Amino acid sequence: MNAIAKQVWALPGGIHPPENKHQSTASAIAEPFIPTELVLPLSQHIGSPSKVVVAVGDAVLKGQLLAECQGNVSAAVHAPTSGVISAIENRAIPHASGMSAMAIVLKPDGKDQWRERQPWQNWRDMPRDDIFARIAAAGVIGLGGAGFPTATKLGFDPERINTLVLNGTECEPYITADDMIMRERADEIIAGAQIMADLLQVERVLIGIEDNKPEAIAAMQAAIPDSLAARFIIKTFATKYPSGGEKQLIWILTGQEVPSGRIPADLGIVCQNVGTAAALYRAVVQDEPLISRITTVTGDAVGQLGNREVLIGTPMNELLEAHNVDWQKADRLVMGGPMMGVALADAKVPVIKTTNCLLLPTRKELPLAGPEMPCIRCGHCEQACPAGLLPQQMLFYAKNKELERLEQQNLFDCIECGACAYVCPSDIPLVQYYRFGKGEIRREQAEHEKSERAKARFEARQARLEAEKAEKEAKRQARAEAARKAAEAKKKEGSAAPAAIAKATSKVAAQSGPIDIAALEKAVASAQAKVDQAIVKLNEAKETDPGNLPAYERALGKFEEKLAKAKTALTEGKAKADDPVERAKRQAAAKAAGVGPSVADLEKKVATQRQRLQKIAEKLKAAQDNGDDTSAIEKGMQATQARLNKAQAELDKAKAEQAPADDVGAKAIAAAKEAAAKRAAGIGPSADELRGKVAKQQERLAKIEQKLADAQAAGEDVSAIEKGRDATAKRLEKMQAELAQLEE
Amino acid sequence: MITILVAIAALGILSLLFGALLGFASVKFRPEGNPIVEQIDAILPQTQCGQCGYPGCRPYAEAIANGDDINKCPPGGESTILALADLLDVEPQPLDAEHGTEKPKQVAIIREDECIGCTKCIQACPVDAIVGAAKQMHTVIADECTGCDLCVDPCPVDCIDMVPVETTLNTWYWNKPDANIIATDGGRQ
Repeated sequence: MNAIAKQVWALPGGIHPPENKHQSTASAIAEPFIPTELVLPLSQHIGSPSKVVVAVGDAVLKGQLLAECQGNVSAAVHAPTSGVISAIENRAIPHASGMSAMAIVLKPDGKDQWRERQPWQNWRDMPRDDIFARIAAAGVIGLGGAGFPTATKLGFDPERINTLVLNGTECEPYITADDMIMRERADEIIAGAQIMADLLQVERVLIGIEDNKPEAIAAMQAAIPDSLAARFIIKTFATKYPSGGEKQLIWILTGQEVPSGRIPADLGIVCQNVGTAAALYRAVVQDEPLISRITTVTGDAVGQLGNREVLIGTPMNELLEAHNVDWQKADRLVMGGPMMGVALADAKVPVIKTTNCLLLPTRKELPLAGPEMPCIRCGHCEQACPAGLLPQQMLFYAKNKELERLEQQNLFDCIECGACAYVCPSDIPLVQYYRFGKGEIRREQAEHEKSERAKARFEARQARLEAEKAEKEAKRQARAEAARKAAEAKKKEGSAAPAAIAKATSKVAAQSGPIDIAALEKAVASAQAKVDQAIVKLNEAKETDPGNLPAYERALGKFEEKLAKAKTALTEGKAKADDPVERAKRQAAAKAAGVGPSVADLEKKVATQRQRLQKIAEKLKAAQDNGDDTSAIEKGMQATQARLNKAQAELDKAKAEQAPADDVGAKAIAAAKEAAAKRAAGIGPSADELRGKVAKQQERLAKIEQKLADAQAAGEDVSAIEKGRDATAKRLEKMQAELAQLEE
Repeated sequence: MITILVAIAALGILSLLFGALLGFASVKFRPEGNPIVEQIDAILPQTQCGQCGYPGCRPYAEAIANGDDINKCPPGGESTILALADLLDVEPQPLDAEHGTEKPKQVAIIREDECIGCTKCIQACPVDAIVGAAKQMHTVIADECTGCDLCVDPCPVDCIDMVPVETTLNTWYWNKPDANIIATDGGRQ
């Protein structure tokens, strides 16, 4: 049972670099000291920078909140000791770029006076939400190196999580901070782990420790109370770098592999550093926010090697001087270990929450890498890679900036442990190439995102401009339309006199195409009148003024010319007027103008009705001749007759209106036209014509009666003749009725 | 003999059948627009600066699809030329200096106390990255600015500066390692 519980899985790949841990484990963790100033960057963690809540000149107490969380993934910053805020400004930070960032600068007053604390010895009785609030407010982040806010990591849905992994591996050479905290503060770690386990409601807590830390293992084992022995399992395994990587440790302890691009929580696992657990205990139970951490100060250039509890924000140079550093011997200052640490250009940067080690090696102790030589494809790197990647391929792609292929090689699964570079016989700085490649990919992604946004904005702008243009055009057209309508309305108002109507219509006709036949006819008539007059005058002149005869002749010629022109215009206009399109246009124009049908139109209408009537009459006649039933045709004829009457009435009315100002000629023409139309129609509403028709019909009827009589005498079938006689008689009756109506 | 005839007939019928099918498909499933234009447009940096001589990135993408040179985009620089060469399977060419040189990324900054609020730069900005109103101070939304410098010329008081985009902690990435040529380059004694 015990053997199964303690089972571990072997880490693939990995290396065995010199451990160099004994130098810094000889002495106990040293007490913190208060430096001359504390520099507290706002972004010591992964996530958004915290938000300053104090002002320059504020006096603050130890543990007082200086900057609060901003966003979901963030961590607060607290005063590591009492003092005065001397500045909030850009300061150099411990970062590979050597850049500076916003930081709160605290001038300690030396009193180290705590703010009021509310320890929760009975933290188990506290509501879960209160505990979360306290953790979030305490600024606890992962102290193993990455600096992920602990509150976020503990905030997973407990349903999802079944295992808490406590990472006490500390596989990187030189670093002993976790080793020492396990030796000296094992009970705090276990208490912190208990809080975590309670919040996540996990069944088991796996504590992973490499077998090169027997004292730590023993201390941790001793710190686990019997009641928890079943849940808290310490697993020890052979020392191998990089067993302490989160995904690597999970593999070693559980035999489960975190899939590419996923997080341990997807397997139901949360991984926390032992130092984080201790910090959590202090935050929850003792109400002490994260204001200090254990940092290893080591390397051959350091006089007094060991671990120290350091206030966050302590300038590194002050810390190093407290450990009697020989600056002459030191080759460089490395934050972190020799494998994954970054060399810092400036020692005046502060210790931050993730500073687990300061390494000051001599050049002999940690020589710089030699010149990069060509890859010989030995394959050692591939065997050393704990993530199962192909370092050679990634190197080539990174060198040639083939980013897409680099990504296909799962570059982002690389934990940058440096095992490949460590074993490389050609001294190729592989990890630097991978970091470069990751940077390039991220940069390209950012640029692509930005260019997509720019494209969207550009297209939106184009669309907007086009819409604006279309809208302007529509408005312009609407204005033009309104202006035109207004002008027409004005014209209509001003044309109370019928003469003006004629003028306006003729104008409209001249302007916009619709042809006013009446106006043209009028012009012809007036020209004719003038020609007649000229002839009369010429005749007179022949007798009275023979000397001026040529002048009269010229005048006559002119008038004749005008008459010819007017006549051609009239014929053209008539031709056009017969065009159905032109007619429709004219009607539409007339309607739009609100003038109503012109006299000419009415005349046309009357003529059309007459024509129809004639056609119907012909039909009726044909039907009668055939002896068919003519009642429907007769009905139609009546309706047409009524329409004709109506049109005639309208025409008369329009003419009456027009009459006073109308030219005599136009009237004559109209009359002539009417007569012509009547002639064309064959049947007119005039009483005389009707009388003639009635007479004719009577004649016809007489003939039919004669025929009928003859047929009856001959003994023939007379039904058809009788039918025809009846129809003729009916028609006669109708005609007589019409005549009577007309005579009335 | 009959076998050959049957084979020819069968093949003939099949080819007619598939020919008809292909003909139908080519009409029915004809893609709208030129898909290569989309791909080219995706590679171009979308600064909409017009340095290539076309009014925006898309028109240039269309021009490239119609056979124009791929080396007229200074904001995209070498990487864009290489990507285009890769996409179109043509020889990469050096950037055509006639259209400008590859410069570090820039962003427009309005010296706000000198701005008279004429809105000329707002009208010039192809991506609406300048905010302001008539007779009010204008300012650039730095995150949306593509650094095309189209706003610089229209400014009547010359109060717009093009400054290189500063690297922040969020945009800082590791450099490509320098290859040491000889042992002492690395400082080894």
